[in-house]
Amino acid sequence: MRLIADNLGGERGGEMVFSDVSFGLYEGGALIVTGPNGSGKSTLLRIVAGLLPVATGVVAIEAGEAFPTVSSACHYLGHQNAMKTALTVEENLHFWRDYFGTPRLPPDDALEQVGLGGLGHLPFSVLSTGQKRRAAIARLLVSYRPVWLLDEPTAGLDAASEARFAELMATHRGDGGIVIAATHLPLGLEGAQELRMGQPC
Amino acid sequence: MLALFLRDLRLGIRAGGGALTGIVFFLALVATIPFGVGPDLNLLARIGPAILWIGALLASLLGLDRLFQADREDGSLDLLLLAEDRHMLALTVLVKCLAHWTASVLPLVVASPLLGLFMNVEPAGLGAAALTLLVGTPAITFVGAAGAAVSVALPRGGLMISVLVLPLTIPVLIFGVSATYGAVADPAPFLQPFLILCALTLFLAVVGPLAASAALRHAD
Repeated sequence: MRLIADNLGGERGGEMVFSDVSFGLYEGGALIVTGPNGSGKSTLLRIVAGLLPVATGVVAIEAGEAFPTVSSACHYLGHQNAMKTALTVEENLHFWRDYFGTPRLPPDDALEQVGLGGLGHLPFSVLSTGQKRRAAIARLLVSYRPVWLLDEPTAGLDAASEARFAELMATHRGDGGIVIAATHLPLGLEGAQELRMGQPC
Repeated sequence: MLALFLRDLRLGIRAGGGALTGIVFFLALVATIPFGVGPDLNLLARIGPAILWIGALLASLLGLDRLFQADREDGSLDLLLLAEDRHMLALTVLVKCLAHWTASVLPLVVASPLLGLFMNVEPAGLGAAALTLLVGTPAITFVGAAGAAVSVALPRGGLMISVLVLPLTIPVLIFGVSATYGAVADPAPFLQPFLILCALTLFLAVVGPLAASAALRHAD
């Protein structure tokens, strides 16, 4: 499996935010995107996911027949958690598992993995900020996608949860997955490539 | 897709879903008309079906602005877009429309015979109004979905949707009301306008979700 971005440029509101970004990631690879606010980290992730159009360049993936396009191969964890507050944590995870297809862990086990075991019956709205983030991370585990696109994944997490999340990412990479994370904080990704945004282009 | 339908249905019915807003508005509108028009039973019976249709039309436009906005605000919309290779986006929109219709418009249809009694509509008219609403209101939701998708990024999208969508729903209203009158008044036909209403709904069931998915794809 290979994820390649070549000469990528992105724009927001008609203005180029970055250009000439290139990287290539293989099975087990990881890319950490750093840079000051407004340097285009989130834009880069959204472009890779296919949520924003590419301004210049290409993103391509070779991941076999099950995942023909980059978007179909991606889990996207954005700033928002994409969980409904009126539903319970478990209902949320069940929904995404059914909708995404290629199921992996059952919601119970996924919640156990992020340290929320036994809280699945609670409405999502009563969780704390960090717990909500962990529930959103559990979403990455309920169905399989080879590429994880993480936008500030550890915002609001405590040290123990950060360590647990680093383990989850390591396991994912060990299984041949790819992680791309935009962050300001060290994520504990070993041997990851680093991409600094915000250099004058 | 069933999962999406059930999720949206649950969200619509649970507290804060806004399914009740429409029906309370419908009730308020129809219940106040006899007070405004006066106790002329013949007049009420004559305008009754039209009032039921207008009430249902406006009430079903009420909750539409949340159709995609709620998903956009919590980030779910991004993930629905990402899954496009598995689930065609237009189909996702169609399923969301159906869930929205079941949660917030179907109750209007169910309540319409009861509210028709307020307007002194005769039994055949009550049945016809309920039937035409059952067949015609999905069309309003489908057109509304296109409006909701266009205005998904706007903070006060509700008004915008009404302005965009109302002209497009006029044919549905015309044929719905004329079919209802056809069932009551003798020379007017029932079947022809009713079949056109069915055709409108089927046509918009395709065009609405396609337009909405095109708009959603370019929402950012």
